[in-house]
Amino acid sequence: MTIRVVLPAHLRTLARVNGEVKVDVTAPVTVATVLDALEATYPMLRGTIRDQVSRQRRPFLRFFACEEDLSHDPADRPLPDAVANGAEPLLVVGAMAGG
Amino acid sequence: MSSVRVLVGTRKGAFVLTSDAKRSRWDVQGPHFGGWEIYHLKGSPADPNRLYASQSSSWFGQVIQRSSDGGRTWETVGNKFTYDGTTGTHQWYDGTPHPWEFARVWHLEPSLTDPDTVYAGVEDAALFRTTDGGQSWHELAGLRTHTSAPSWQPGAGGMCLHTILLDPSRPDRIFVAISAAGAFRSDDGGATWRPINRGLRSEGIPDPNAEVGHCVHRIAMHRARPGVLFMQKHWDVMRSDDAGDSWREVSGGLPSDFGFPIDVHAHEPETIYVVPIKSDSEHYPPDGKLRVYRSRTGGDEWEELTQGLPQRHCYVNVLRDAMAVDSLDPCGIYVGTTGGQVYASADAGDHWAPIVRDLPAVVSVEVQTLP
Repeated sequence: MTIRVVLPAHLRTLARVNGEVKVDVTAPVTVATVLDALEATYPMLRGTIRDQVSRQRRPFLRFFACEEDLSHDPADRPLPDAVANGAEPLLVVGAMAGG
Repeated sequence: MSSVRVLVGTRKGAFVLTSDAKRSRWDVQGPHFGGWEIYHLKGSPADPNRLYASQSSSWFGQVIQRSSDGGRTWETVGNKFTYDGTTGTHQWYDGTPHPWEFARVWHLEPSLTDPDTVYAGVEDAALFRTTDGGQSWHELAGLRTHTSAPSWQPGAGGMCLHTILLDPSRPDRIFVAISAAGAFRSDDGGATWRPINRGLRSEGIPDPNAEVGHCVHRIAMHRARPGVLFMQKHWDVMRSDDAGDSWREVSGGLPSDFGFPIDVHAHEPETIYVVPIKSDSEHYPPDGKLRVYRSRTGGDEWEELTQGLPQRHCYVNVLRDAMAVDSLDPCGIYVGTTGGQVYASADAGDHWAPIVRDLPAVVSVEVQTLP
């Protein structure tokens, strides 16, 4: 399955991509398997979204899809069908900073 | 004709400043890695076109960049810094044990002889090394597992290993400094370590003369005389003539002996430079005057250097890695400020001029003298 992922601007720069990226994922489609595919395609992103050892999400990043915040869901929980079938992207979002 | 390349790390990117040997007209390239904190970037003494940069962010963590063409293009390399074996604990601010947690790379020190070998000083304090050009990093765990390590505490800026000095005359000798644990020396390539803090006195810790616990801000050496070390401590400028086995204060008549960087003239091992800062709670120059102080006697006797530096309403800081020297003759001195200025002197500090005035806050300055 081809999954659409929207990255924050700094990670698009780091990965040298523009706009959405697409990665091929073998079912089940979960945050963990999408990130596995993303990091395999763009190894420079390793460690920037989740810790390389604990595989925990970096605290200032969030995972959104289908207008839902999935950040606190288990990483191996299947993503919504709309993400799995490519209708909607998985959004990796940086926490807002003010000041 | 020789030239210089100044590598500037800032809170929002890296900049590369280049000039011919006159050091009067500068080309400014950057920002590289815009929006990211660049704690440090440094070139390999063995291959000046090989550069390494520590790029980090509270959002995205640690990235290491490598250039093989003097900073024109960059590629990401390995960024996995995993403590070796049992992580252990150090003291937290409230005195409770706190597990070591990697935060960022503060300092990169390329090997004197091999472009693919680099040492990395990190927060929480530990020393890592790569021997494959940054693709993989391995901890020299003898430092973090030193018997004193459970008593180390972070300073207000974190518990960082910020200084790495490689002894050119003894390849197995490495000096490091940690805030706020102190200075340490290895004589076996980083396998084992000993604290080298005898003679330091710090009023801010329970035992002012303790073996560890001192907030060492920076140490420096001259390549030709690596047994002589100079130190800017939280307060006090210090000197050691026995590779750190003992220290004596050489603050002399400085307007303040608080500060962050210290460096040594490229050709005069007894000529050293510091930037006095008012106090540990007022991180700006005394009297609003940015002054570099020079000692031509290895300490104790100091002269203020002011020509071309702001002498009124100046309230910037100069961080510990933000002073460097080139090896041209006369020796060039470079100072970066938290106000975004990089000042250069092409005559060993007698006269100064800004290369740039409006960069993001400068974290680090390194200089390469190119043939």
